[in-house]
Amino acid sequence: MSESTNLKEVLESKLPGVALAWSEFRSQQRVRVPALQIAQALRALRDAGMDQIVDITAVDMLEYPGATDRFEVVYLLLDTQSGQRLTVKTHLNEPDLKLPSAYPIWIGADWLEREVYDMFGIVFEGHPNFKRLLLPDAFESFPLRKDYPVKGRGERHNFPIITRAES
Amino acid sequence: MATQINKQLGDNVFLTSIDAAASWARANSLWPMPFATACCGIELMSTAASKHDLSRFGSEVMRFTPRQCDLMIVAGRVVMKMIPVLQRIWLQMPEPKWCISMGACACTGGVFDTYAVVQGIDRFLPVDIYIPGCPPRPEQLIKAIMDLQEKIKKTGTYNAREFKLRILPDGPSRFDQDELVRIRERNGFQLEEPKYDPIH
Repeated sequence: MSESTNLKEVLESKLPGVALAWSEFRSQQRVRVPALQIAQALRALRDAGMDQIVDITAVDMLEYPGATDRFEVVYLLLDTQSGQRLTVKTHLNEPDLKLPSAYPIWIGADWLEREVYDMFGIVFEGHPNFKRLLLPDAFESFPLRKDYPVKGRGERHNFPIITRAES
Repeated sequence: MATQINKQLGDNVFLTSIDAAASWARANSLWPMPFATACCGIELMSTAASKHDLSRFGSEVMRFTPRQCDLMIVAGRVVMKMIPVLQRIWLQMPEPKWCISMGACACTGGVFDTYAVVQGIDRFLPVDIYIPGCPPRPEQLIKAIMDLQEKIKKTGTYNAREFKLRILPDGPSRFDQDELVRIRERNGFQLEEPKYDPIH
């Protein structure tokens, strides 16, 4: 295991003048980066040794007490040499639900970004094969948004009916 | 004439209609297509394995291609992405064919009342026998197959057009004989027997 790097210094030297909100929970570091600088920040972190993207996911903060932004996109990073982890968060609001893709930085972001799009409708620009991952292509809604009803909008009943007389 | 032949040949020759003979053969040689998507599939495997031994009822030959099967056992929840697959498999099965909906999820969606889970496969497919339970025990599946055999012996040669024209129920009898007797005694009047048009 190699020494862990001081990611705070790395980000502050690469992104001078950008408001970064650092916090810590049970010795896990978290940083909030503005959406405009997210690609720059992720590339700087990859160059500083965070070589694995563990997960990309999102949170819909609609009706969340005290929330100021609608969507929170979360990147979980890991340095496989030192075991160091970092959580990078960024915030998005409608109607501008666009982020630069992390695919050029980590190839592993491929399906993760497609899943976030599938469930939340957040578009990652620059992704080479950007379409739904889990749901059928004809599906129109984004089911993990809080304003989507749990039982759906009738998509599960929208199929032809085969009767005994026809089959 | 039948009596004379019976006298001469005894139990060695039976006279019957070809429909009845074909239905009898079909009922005792079901080839299931296991459409197992969840824990009900484990019970289905258990039913086919040595302890419960489905082959006693002539339906142990599970085939994973629908073109060789005549009984589809849908065991487990079916999501909306799976419905086109399920329907295509059903359409590929040669007639006559039957369908068992096994377990709460296949029958009604069960506890999975979400946007993606179909609330009962009978919304999109014809189902002959429903099995309740979560998951049902192998005995219940065996009972369902025995009920289906009874149904097949009555309706085995229906084609789709004849099925559309039918007006009488063709599943297993709604009451067992003892239940019928009990109801008659309790009510003190004669209940009408369900009128079937037996092919055999």
